Amino acid sequence: MTQNPTPMLDRSDARVRHDDSLMGAVREFLDRVKSGDLGMLPVAIGLVVISVVFSALNPVFLAPNNLVNMLFDCATVGVISLGIVCVLMLGEIDLSVGSMSGFASAMVGVLWVNMGLPVGLAILAALIVGALVGSIYAFLFNKLGMPSFISTLSGLLAILGMQLYILGPTGSINLPFASALVGFGQLWIIPKWLSHLLALLPGAVMVLTGMSVMRRRTAANLSAQPLGRLVLKAAVLTAALEFAVWYLNLGRGVPLMFGLFVALVVALNYALTRTQWGRSMFAVGGNREAARRSGINVKRIYLSAFMLCSTFAALGGMLSASRLASSSQQAGTGDVNLNAIAAAVIGGTSLFGGRGSAWSALLGIIVIQAISNGLTLLNLSSSLRYMITGGVLATAVIVDSLARRSRVSHGRA
Amino acid sequence: MAGSTHISARKGERILSLRGVSKKFGAVSALTDIDLDIHAGEVVALVGDNGAGKSTLVKVLAGVHQPTSGTVEFMGRQVTMDSPAAALNMGIATVFQDLALCENLDVVANLFLGHEMSPWRLDEVQMEVRAWTLLKELAARIPSVREPIASLSGGQRQTVAIARSLLLDPKIIMLDEPTAALGVAQTAEVLNLIERVRDRGLGVIIISHNMEDVRAVADRIVVLRLGRNNGVFTPETSNQELVAAITGATENAVSRRNERLESEARGEHA
Ligand SMILES: Nc1ncnc2c1ncn2[C@@H]1O[C@H](COP(=O)(O)OP(=O)(O)O)[C@@H](O)[C@H]1O
Ligand SMILES: [Mg+2]
Repeated sequence: MTQNPTPMLDRSDARVRHDDSLMGAVREFLDRVKSGDLGMLPVAIGLVVISVVFSALNPVFLAPNNLVNMLFDCATVGVISLGIVCVLMLGEIDLSVGSMSGFASAMVGVLWVNMGLPVGLAILAALIVGALVGSIYAFLFNKLGMPSFISTLSGLLAILGMQLYILGPTGSINLPFASALVGFGQLWIIPKWLSHLLALLPGAVMVLTGMSVMRRRTAANLSAQPLGRLVLKAAVLTAALEFAVWYLNLGRGVPLMFGLFVALVVALNYALTRTQWGRSMFAVGGNREAARRSGINVKRIYLSAFMLCSTFAALGGMLSASRLASSSQQAGTGDVNLNAIAAAVIGGTSLFGGRGSAWSALLGIIVIQAISNGLTLLNLSSSLRYMITGGVLATAVIVDSLARRSRVSHGRA
Repeated sequence: MAGSTHISARKGERILSLRGVSKKFGAVSALTDIDLDIHAGEVVALVGDNGAGKSTLVKVLAGVHQPTSGTVEFMGRQVTMDSPAAALNMGIATVFQDLALCENLDVVANLFLGHEMSPWRLDEVQMEVRAWTLLKELAARIPSVREPIASLSGGQRQTVAIARSLLLDPKIIMLDEPTAALGVAQTAEVLNLIERVRDRGLGVIIISHNMEDVRAVADRIVVLRLGRNNGVFTPETSNQELVAAITGATENAVSRRNERLESEARGEHA
C-alpha cells in the first residue's frame, strides 16, 4: 500500500489553485487587483506619476532637502489623518479635526507661553480636551443617534469659536524659538547612523516574525509561505528603505517628527490588525448588527474611534504649531480638514467603512504633500492648488467607489 | 466545543423557562403570552407559519430584542438578556435566520468574532487550526478560511454561522431555519450534528418548515400561531394534526381538545 501524506488542513480542497512559485505570487496579486482589491496600487502609481511630472517641470522637486521639508510637513497632517482612518473604518466621519488641531495649538500657546505652565502639562491638557471632544461626539452618536456628519460639523464651528476666543484680540502667539518643541518641529533630525539602523528594522522584523509564523503553521499542519519569498520581500523592502535614508541623508536627514509619525502608524497598524479591538473595528464597520450579535460592545467601539480621532487631531495640531513656531487664528483652518480626510481616502481607506489601514494615512499624506509641494515650487497660486488637490481627491473617491462595486461583483466586499 | 468533555447540565434538567413572554413592535404584537420550557439533552422544534413570531422569539432569547413583558428563567434563576453579549455569556448561542456575518472579514475572523484567542496579540495560527477542525466536524466544504465571507455561497455561509454557534461551548443552541439554504448532504450533516449536540446534554431549539426534518430530530414540537402558543406535540403526531395547528384550521380533534383544556384552565382561575 502506498502511504499518502496527510494533506495540509488548508490544502485539502482540490478546487483551489495553489501556487507557491514567484509567478504564482504575481498571478495572485493580479487576480486581487482585477477583482477590485486595489490595496496600495493606486498610491504607488500616483506617486510615480507625480514624481515624474514635477521633477520634469522643476528638478528641485526631487532634491534631498526638498524631500526632507516635505516629510516635516507630512508628519503634522499625517497624524490627524491617522485619526480619520479610525472613524472612516466605522463608516463615520469627523469634519472637525481641522478645528480641533487649531484649538489644541492655541491651547499650547496660551497655557505654555502666556500662562507659563510647563510645556508637558500644556500638551497633556490639549490631548485630554481632544479625547473629551471625541467622547462628546460618541455620546451624541450612541445615545441620541445623531449622525457624525452633523455633530462634527457643529463641532467644526464651535471649536473654531473656542480657538478664536482663547487666542483673544491679538490672535497669534509666537512659540519661543529656542524651545525643544520648536526644535522638534523644525530642526531635529534622526542621527545618520541611527537612521540606517532603523531602516534595517522592518526587514529584520519581517523575517523573524515570518519565520516564527512559518514554524508554527508547519507544526500545526497548515501551509506556510515559502522562505524564499519571505526573504526576497524583506530584502527588497530593506534595500528600498536604506536607499531612501541614504538619499535623505544627502540633505538634512530624516526628521525626528516624521519618525514619531511612522511610529504612530506602526502602533495603530498593530492595534487594527493584531488585536481584538482592531478586529471589532473592522466588524462594526462591515456590519454593525452582526458585530453586535457576536457580543461586541458596539457603542464602546464607536467611543474609542471618536476619541482616538479627536486626540490624534489635537496631537497633529500641536505638531503643526511646533512646525510653524506659532499658535494662530489660522491654525487648522483652510485645507487642513480636507487634506487629512483626503489622505486617508487616497491611501485606500474606504469611505464606506470596514476597509482600511493605518498605512493609508502615511501613503495618502505623502501624495498630498507631494502635490502641494510641487505646485508651490511651480509658483502656482493657492487657488489653483485647491482646485488641483480637489480634483485628486475626487479621483480617489471615484476609484474607491468603482473598486467597491467591482469587489461586490467578485465576492470580496 | 472547547470543553467537549464537560456536560453543563444534567440530562432532563430544565435549562430555560419562559412564562408569559410578549413582544410588541409598536402596534404589532409579534409575541403574546408565550410559555416555553427547554431541558438539557432535548431538541425542541419551533414551528409555525410565516410571521408566527418564531424568529422574534429566538431574537428575544438571544438578547437582540427585549421582551415587552414576561419572565425568563435560565438554570433556575430569573434573568434578563439585555444584550447579545449577555445571552452569549450565559451560554445561549444562536444561528440567526438573517445570518449575522461580516462580509468584509474572512471565515476565521467571523468564527471567533468577539471571542478571539489572546485579545492583545491575536493567535491567528491557533484560530485557523480550530476553524478547520470545527468545519471538518461539520463536513463543511469551504475552500479557504482566509477568504472574505462575501466570496462564499449561501450554504457555506450557513455552515460558518452554525460552526460559530458551537465555538463557545453553549448550554443551548438555537437554529433559525438552519437548513433552508443547504444541500442534501449538508442538511443530513446538520441534523446529525443536532443529535450529537443533544447527546452531549445541550438543549436545542430548531426552527424549520420541513416537517420531515423536524420529525427526524425533535423530541417535542411547539407550535406558534399568530404570536401565541398553539399546542405542544410529539414527533408521532400525524402531519394533518400538525398542519391544522400551524394553519389554525378550526375543525379538528387537536384544536377542539386545546380549546377545551384552555377553557377549563380559565374556568378554574375565574
Ligand atoms: N424588527 C421588527 N420591527 C417590526 N415588526 C417586526 C420586527 N421583527 C418582526 N416583526 C413582526 O413580527 C411578526 C413575526 O415575525 P417573525 O418572528 O419574523 O416571524 P417568523 O420567523 O415566524 O416567520 C411579523 O408580523 C413581523 O412583521
Ligand atoms: Mg423567521
